[in-house]
Amino acid sequence: MVWKDLLVERRSKETLNALFFFGLLLLFVFQFALGPDRERLAGTLPGLLWLGFILSGLLALGRTFVVERENDCWEGLLLAPGDKSAIYVGKLAGNLLLMLAIEAILLVLFGFFFNLDLANVLPGLAVVIALGTVALAAVGTLFAAMTAQVRARELLFPVLLLPVEAPVLLATVKATEAVLLGETLGSVAHWLKLLAAADVVYVAVGVLTFDFVLEA
Amino acid sequence: MASEPLIRVTGLRKTFGNHRVLDGLDLDVRAGEAVAVLGANGAGKTTLLKVLATLTRPTRGTVTIAGHDGATDPELVRREIGLVAHSSYVYEDLTAAENLMFWATLAGLRPSAAERAGALATVELERAADERVRTFSAGMKRRLSLARFVLARPRVLLLDEPFTGLDQRAKKWLEEHLASFKAGGGAIVMTTHSFGRELAVADRIAILAGGAIALDTPRGSLSADDVHRLYALHAEDAS
Repeated sequence: MVWKDLLVERRSKETLNALFFFGLLLLFVFQFALGPDRERLAGTLPGLLWLGFILSGLLALGRTFVVERENDCWEGLLLAPGDKSAIYVGKLAGNLLLMLAIEAILLVLFGFFFNLDLANVLPGLAVVIALGTVALAAVGTLFAAMTAQVRARELLFPVLLLPVEAPVLLATVKATEAVLLGETLGSVAHWLKLLAAADVVYVAVGVLTFDFVLEA
Repeated sequence: MASEPLIRVTGLRKTFGNHRVLDGLDLDVRAGEAVAVLGANGAGKTTLLKVLATLTRPTRGTVTIAGHDGATDPELVRREIGLVAHSSYVYEDLTAAENLMFWATLAGLRPSAAERAGALATVELERAADERVRTFSAGMKRRLSLARFVLARPRVLLLDEPFTGLDQRAKKWLEEHLASFKAGGGAIVMTTHSFGRELAVADRIAILAGGAIALDTPRGSLSADDVHRLYALHAEDAS
């Protein structure tokens, strides 16, 4: 599944190209809205960074099963004998790789646009981003499957996803803020534990319920 | 003594809201037998295939495939069936060989390169193996979807108008393939709107009307005109 999704994306480049330009536009908007005031930037930057990640994530995750709608491949997946949770894990892994690639690009652009030196904080930031992205992708993949066959899926998907992701967003923004201020990961351990717990719970729920979602 | 049917449908009812599409449908298909289901548009032919394939649940009644109940053991049923629907279930941005590999892997098969090449050669797509499906005609996509079952070897084939979109050569290949599938002990249920050559593979003709099988008769030596007459009598009168 991962191999197939990445191969399709490499050939079509639909999601990656669109998200790159979307991220770029978003940064231009942020730059114009906030201006060069560094004090104001310092307070809003973690939130803006995650706003960029989550908006890009909404677009990327919402397209998870678009390729399965063509030629009714969705039915083909349903008819495949065997454990359907493997399909979820494959889709989740593909989404994670795609989102991490987008986030890496966005992070570099953030550093460039807001004149930030991210080299020193990169290891800590990478841990926070990885933990937050797993939670985002785990729920997003499941909800993308739930809404794949619904007419108002573009509307329903973010409405379902964002409330569930609220604690994750809170934890990631707080942890990112501390890391960007030069604090150690130990000082935000409570947020990281919350993120790790959310990752475990969300992935487990996805694995356990995907079969029902697909059959529904 | 006659063998147990590979497909047994008893008292099948399927409703969508207040609309009763199938109602009290009974059908048995034995190993080595092919049944062609005829019926007017909206008679429920595709719905019947979807219920047999476990894609949709019956409202009432039972469907048993190779001894497995479709409602309680859908995964076991899916191991026994191959469905060729209107849609081809192929990914446009993958090549024919990649599509075949993907679906085989998903079905838990590990075909060798030679087996994959052989399956594509069987459906005469060996020269297009490395071409993206996006460039294929409808007939080529249909042949590719059939190639999956050359690898998977199911015991039951469910075919929704399988000859649609195929050229004469591909039709001939499909007829031969289905005849050999039957000879190997497989059971086939196919829907069709054609009363001609496509019926040659069928051992029985079942006319679906009013949500049930209005006529189930051996094809025997029935000519296309005979089938037309029976169809007009049972399907068109009912609709």
